[in-house]
Amino acid sequence: MVTDPAPKIRIQDVTYAYDDAAALRNVTLDIPAHAITVLFGPAGGGKTTLLRLINRLNDLVEGTRMSGQILLDNEDIYAPGVSVTDLRRRVGMVFALPLPLPGSVRQNVLYGPRLAGLRDQGRADEILFRSLNQAALWEEVKDRLDDSASALSGGQQQRLCIARSLALEPEVLLLDEPTSGLDPISTAKVEHSLFELKKDYTIVIVPHSVQQAARVADHAAFFLMGELIEHQPEKKLFTAPQKKRTEDYVTGRFG
Amino acid sequence: MKNKNHLRWSEFLIQTLIRVLGFSSIGFVLLIFLFLLREGIPVFFQVSPTNLFGTRWYPTFDLFGTLPLILGSVLVTVTAIVIAVPLGVTTAVFVREVAPNWAREVLKPMIEVLAGIPSVVLGFFGMTLLAPFVRETLGFPTGLTAFTGALILAYMALPTIISVAEDALDAVPKSYRDAGLAMGATQWQTIWRVVVPGARSGIVTAVMLGMGRAIGETMAVMMVTGNAARMPLSLDSIFRPARTMTATIAAEMGEVAQGSVHYHALFGIGILLFLLTFIINLAAATTIFKKRRRGGLR
Repeated sequence: MVTDPAPKIRIQDVTYAYDDAAALRNVTLDIPAHAITVLFGPAGGGKTTLLRLINRLNDLVEGTRMSGQILLDNEDIYAPGVSVTDLRRRVGMVFALPLPLPGSVRQNVLYGPRLAGLRDQGRADEILFRSLNQAALWEEVKDRLDDSASALSGGQQQRLCIARSLALEPEVLLLDEPTSGLDPISTAKVEHSLFELKKDYTIVIVPHSVQQAARVADHAAFFLMGELIEHQPEKKLFTAPQKKRTEDYVTGRFG
Repeated sequence: MKNKNHLRWSEFLIQTLIRVLGFSSIGFVLLIFLFLLREGIPVFFQVSPTNLFGTRWYPTFDLFGTLPLILGSVLVTVTAIVIAVPLGVTTAVFVREVAPNWAREVLKPMIEVLAGIPSVVLGFFGMTLLAPFVRETLGFPTGLTAFTGALILAYMALPTIISVAEDALDAVPKSYRDAGLAMGATQWQTIWRVVVPGARSGIVTAVMLGMGRAIGETMAVMMVTGNAARMPLSLDSIFRPARTMTATIAAEMGEVAQGSVHYHALFGIGILLFLLTFIINLAAATTIFKKRRRGGLR
């Protein structure tokens, strides 16, 4: 696996706290471009918080404190003057629960581009096809594009949410336990589409199990109680962990 | 053994009591409805339909045209709703989505207190302050107009609309907001294109409840609309006095001879009012139901 020399995202000494509890402590991590980086560990480890920080979704949460820097292409995303909406168009996010918005399949996929000002019908059809195809959903929904999105199955809804993020042609795709509510077949489909997507995108995923972490990782980072315990390229974290706590977790001694 | 018996008895007593209370409240509503029908139905036989749905309401000359009253009610209510809905829904959005936490905690109870102001107080306020204000700013011969009534009614419906719509917005999962924001929507776009559509059924309910409050309101309306039973047909009718169905019943019921045609006519108006509210509620219920079945709503 050859990764680009310059990491896509650099997280530098980030500490983050909600009202009273620290969620992340001094986390430093480089995320390589065109690869799948897995953030895993037991619940409450700060993985989701880190994802939300990367596209600034926690901006509206009150009573939080943050120190450290997050760089995207070597630019501080929290610097004054950075447009949050532009950032979020470059960094897409998919959530744990499939969340079709009110409206049809077509409306869901085109939500983002339309908000960004897309009017051209031909271009819209193009985006619709490309995004659904990349999310491995096109074949299943091509005849029901104008049906309500909530009529799709759970697995289809989650891939629809991935397609919705892809419609904005982001550079980075953040996925927070995207398969936690899905059956094994749908999970396999989502994972398969991730392998296709990493050619064009930088992917950061919080998997819903250690097994999934091991399946999809090009690069893995283990989080415990807000601390980054260790991170390794490829699958070394699962075969030859350096730290005792990592080994205990991946071999199932706790978690 | 004795103790067990005792338990069984108290259980039986409580159950019976609750059952009697429950059925009696249904029974009372039913009795009121039957009474309304008994007193109101005769007018439909005593007065010819052309008279009853005519344009002139002069009970002393045996003219019982209810049309100006129906249109008066509709005019005042619709105007009130046109004023109150945009104001109420945007206030709800502000309180729920934009205002900081501390402001929300102050505003919400304050709005709910507003709902408790007795309507006669609002009517008095409308008569002494709002009516002269309307007369002077708009330059009409009188400030007691349908418009003044609509303003007071809008004010009365606002707390209901705000409060219910705010609850509906609150029920939209936080994840919807995240999903909107994560797509690069601004806060405003997220509110308008994701959160508000998500709360649509609740907002429709809010509007309907507000409308119910407005159309049934009597006291405040009677005090400020001028009570002239004229057909509101010209464009400026909104700025002329009008008379509603409720005000007519309240104003005339006290001095009518019991059992007379006029007496039955007032109950007849009550039946019409009931039908009107029933139709509105039915329409609201079916819209909500249809939307929900299509799956477009939560």
